[in-house]
Amino acid sequence: MKRWGKLTPIAVCVGFLLLYAPLMAVALYSFNAAEKGSVWAGFSLRWYAQLLADPETNRRAWEVREATMNTLVLGVTSTIVSTILGTMLALGMQRFPWPSSVSKLLQIAVDVPVITPDIIVAAALIVGFNLLRFVSPSFNLGMSAMIIGHVTFQIAFVALVVRSRLVLMGPTLSEAARDLYASSWYHFHRVTLPLLWPAIVGGAMLAFTLSLDDFVISFFTCGPSSSTLPIYVYHSQMRGLRTDLFAVSTLLVLGTVVLVLTLERLTRWKRD
Amino acid sequence: MTDREVSYGNLTTRRALFTQGALLLFGGLGWLASFLLLPGLILVLVAFLQRDTDGGVTWAFSLDSFRQLFGFTSTGLSSANLWIFLRSIALAVFTTVISVGLAYPMAFFIANAQPRRRLVWLSLVAIPLCTNLVIRTYAWKLLLSARLPPARLAATMGWIEAGRDLLPSWFAVCIGMISAALPFAVIALYPSVERLDRSLIEAAQDLYASPVRVFFQAILPQTVPGLSVAVLLTFVPAMGMFVITDMLGGAKHWLVGNLINHQFGPGRNVPYGAALSLVLIALTLVGVYSSRRQPGQGAEVL
Repeated sequence: MKRWGKLTPIAVCVGFLLLYAPLMAVALYSFNAAEKGSVWAGFSLRWYAQLLADPETNRRAWEVREATMNTLVLGVTSTIVSTILGTMLALGMQRFPWPSSVSKLLQIAVDVPVITPDIIVAAALIVGFNLLRFVSPSFNLGMSAMIIGHVTFQIAFVALVVRSRLVLMGPTLSEAARDLYASSWYHFHRVTLPLLWPAIVGGAMLAFTLSLDDFVISFFTCGPSSSTLPIYVYHSQMRGLRTDLFAVSTLLVLGTVVLVLTLERLTRWKRD
Repeated sequence: MTDREVSYGNLTTRRALFTQGALLLFGGLGWLASFLLLPGLILVLVAFLQRDTDGGVTWAFSLDSFRQLFGFTSTGLSSANLWIFLRSIALAVFTTVISVGLAYPMAFFIANAQPRRRLVWLSLVAIPLCTNLVIRTYAWKLLLSARLPPARLAATMGWIEAGRDLLPSWFAVCIGMISAALPFAVIALYPSVERLDRSLIEAAQDLYASPVRVFFQAILPQTVPGLSVAVLLTFVPAMGMFVITDMLGGAKHWLVGNLINHQFGPGRNVPYGAALSLVLIALTLVGVYSSRRQPGQGAEVL
């Protein structure tokens, strides 16, 4: 390890540089007075101020706010749905004496969304929705399609996180609770859920992050009417990104960091 | 009552137990069946249909997409697709190797930190994921532009002409890909590295194993579960990538992802896009399967 020890700090620095150089660039250029591009025209807070501009007079501010709201609504809704479904799936997979063939099939069902490239999930969804649209107009592309798409890939990740915690927990505490005549509900509510809580929160955080990070699935399923921040950015990057998009991205990162820290505190507080 | 069974301390009939389990599974599995399996099957079907002039499909069997896939064009046989497939595999493998190679030391660094600090470092690895991939990639576009230090340095060293951007180029695409894949590689490797049995490493060192041997014989086998997850989480997205190549690579650097995206967008050839998707799935499965068949392991975390 000693000789490797000399290379480790270099690799760690390179790694963190690759991770943080783009974030720093975004944060720094959000204070650029220039409207777009890499020319530095002096420090300014005008783009942050402009985000709060009156939507009546400033259509641009309204669009950016709308896209940000869509991103958050999509993230929160899909996270709630996928966390519930994913946790149930993990419990169902782990806590019942399924024959090994069924267990294997369940394992595959959870693996498939993870090993499918997102562009395939997106392509399948768009083709499927195009057919289903003839059945019912509620299958039009748009926010509902985006939520469905996000939940589809999030479920597997939540199930994986929760399930690994269930494996670690083992059966002993449940058995003890049952021996002490805990009812099913009492057992779930007072034994399983408190022990599983950190993993559920962790899975939900992962799902939310993946939703914020996803572009491909939203891009394919968004339809003409609804846009999220990444789609907005993608469409406007050819002509050069305007600085207000850097400002809103910076705010979004700060917001998520605060959220993650708060959730971390909350789960720690629950455990104490 | 003889057919009772105990599961997690719950004494009940086998049937009641299976009903409970099936109810728990129903939501998630039902969702995956309706929004992944069913559309996936439709996608396979569509690959064998004919394209429609206004971007839809006609219900007529056709192998046109597959003919196009193998490079039969109106002007004869073209190898363009073959190169795109090979390029996608090569770039995905390269991205995976470099990301995992950087992720190992980073995971060791985090595992060696004080217990209270570990979570902070791990969060620092995950935070970049909260900014969207598109925005991070655009930031690289900005960082590699002509006026900023990286491009200036490259110009001074004589690698590029003065006053030129560092993109579009393979270099820019690789930087973007690695920086996007790195958080996933570290997060996947970290649990294995943290649980590493250090005494085995010390023993290997006491027996005068070279650092390379220590890594391959004492560290690598112990981290195989984490490694296979890391490979999965970096290789799979890299195979289907089109955002990074689009923004940092220009039109000369297309991957399968760009090709597929084009068919569903301006190309307006959904059956061809579906056929290409099948190829991408096949290539990904080969990659994933070969990464999982590490010698002497049965452990699978995912």
